[in-house]
Amino acid sequence: MADAALDTLKEATAVDNQARVPTVVVDDVHIVYKVHGAGSGKGSATSALSRIITRKKSPAIREVHAVRGISFTAYKGEAVGLIGSNGSGKSTMLAAIAGLLPTAKGGIYTHGQPSLLGVNAALMNDLTGERNVVLGCLAMGMSPAQVRERYQSIVDFSGINEKGDFISLPMRTYSSGMGARLRFSIAAAKTHDVLLIDEALATGDQGFQQRSKARINELRKEAGTVFLVSHDNNAIRETCERTIWIEHGELIMDGHTDEVVRRYEKGDRP
Amino acid sequence: MSTLSDPVNLSAPRGSDAGLTPKQLADKYGLSISGKRPSLPQYVRQLWARRSFISAFATARLVAQYTTAKLGQLWQVLTPLLNCAVFYLVFGLIMNNRDTVPAYIAWLCIGVFIFQFSQSAIQAGTRSVSDNLGLIRALHFPRASLPIAFTIIQLQQLLISMVVLVVIVLLNGITPGMTWLLIVPALVFQSMFNTGLALVMARIGSKTSDISQLMPFLLRTWMYVSGVMYSVSSFIEKWPPIWQTLYSWNPAVVYMDLIRYAFMPESFDKKLYPGGYDAAGHALPKALILPDHIWFMAATWGVVAFVIGFVFFWKAEEEYGRG
Repeated sequence: MADAALDTLKEATAVDNQARVPTVVVDDVHIVYKVHGAGSGKGSATSALSRIITRKKSPAIREVHAVRGISFTAYKGEAVGLIGSNGSGKSTMLAAIAGLLPTAKGGIYTHGQPSLLGVNAALMNDLTGERNVVLGCLAMGMSPAQVRERYQSIVDFSGINEKGDFISLPMRTYSSGMGARLRFSIAAAKTHDVLLIDEALATGDQGFQQRSKARINELRKEAGTVFLVSHDNNAIRETCERTIWIEHGELIMDGHTDEVVRRYEKGDRP
Repeated sequence: MSTLSDPVNLSAPRGSDAGLTPKQLADKYGLSISGKRPSLPQYVRQLWARRSFISAFATARLVAQYTTAKLGQLWQVLTPLLNCAVFYLVFGLIMNNRDTVPAYIAWLCIGVFIFQFSQSAIQAGTRSVSDNLGLIRALHFPRASLPIAFTIIQLQQLLISMVVLVVIVLLNGITPGMTWLLIVPALVFQSMFNTGLALVMARIGSKTSDISQLMPFLLRTWMYVSGVMYSVSSFIEKWPPIWQTLYSWNPAVVYMDLIRYAFMPESFDKKLYPGGYDAAGHALPKALILPDHIWFMAATWGVVAFVIGFVFFWKAEEEYGRG
């Protein structure tokens, strides 16, 4: 059954053999980063001092080769899922596309400035949700008038106020799910050329997941490209039609979601 | 299974683009290297476009600063007052400086507030990038917004202290005059100087977090050397002229002296305060000295620090998200 569906898909793409507009070009990228405080080296003050005097490199700094030669091109209107086991380099790849990590080799070219949305990206915890919405929007480059205009829809979308007036409380009082929802709502309020989502969808409840899925589809229609990192294969299936499988920093497979996710679940590497 | 061994290459360019290498494809559609640093004029424009973010951020932070304290915003006034009280107790009463400087309380408070403006701007600047990594990694905006916003917070704090200061100065028996207008340009230059230093320290602090441990010591040394709480002029007079000139360039001294002069020009009058000793052997207040070209020094420090700081910070713009 799945193969038949795949054949029709292939036919459809074969018919649609026209030049597409690329939004993200990843060209043979290697990412190596230094980790401070790694290893079990002696952490005493005297050993640190003797290292400074002898100008030796700290043993606590270790290099991690997180991405090894990945290449792909994503086009306008695509939603691309990234899958792979923990520590396979998915999040590193996203951070590099967002321009937050330097590439050791190769180049990443993007249309506009990609925006990374991750669960770890805390906004200002000691400020109220209200302030966070306003500041987040202003930081993304909206004018104060635009912020006033969109403020209510952002709060409504996040659903923070469904159980009482939470938006006027500091963000540190929010549960992790609520925080992630508000952050997603802020980032999704603006049309991004490239939106990178790092497991942010897994945190919300059912209703919010439905809303965010709808919003991602809208963003794609507004000529954007969406990348989604998730361990929830169903979320990938429902949101993305293309999936890239990464393992040990290498690209294992790049193709239609149905096929890639099916083989990923079986552990059937090509 | 034959379909699986022959996956569609979804990356490959199609149609008229077929056969282009990734680099050629990127060039053809005008894609830019991700996270590339904008040019300096572009950066200034981006920053200007975020001016409402910078001011909103500063206000929000200032308000949030005391949310956990019961007295709340009252601390904005209490903190500088308590600072002055401590210094007055130690340096005025115990070490008996108040007789040698005209209008000592006003003199002391101006010094403390003005020095603290620079001190806290530099300290906040050092941590501005490293403490806000979450924000930096979540949203894209010119990173210089952060150290600038933190300097504005300190300026707002200073302006609140200034209200307290005016009361202290009036209680000290000083009458307002035209020279009070000089406070505005002096503060403008000092704000530029502080912003520049905050930008420099923000870049250094983002790479070497150790520096924030070291800063309090450096700043405290600077404070004691600058004569915030006691007059250093009696030591300086004995120095060789070249050292005196160099010392007069100390930016903290320049800005403190300017504000002191603006608030109380009489204290700089040699006829009013000739110094020396009275019949009982007590030291008498001695007039303060305003160095020549002090406005030139204030403007030079302000402009040079701001320009160098801005360019220095911009040079590493693409690296701040890495932590």
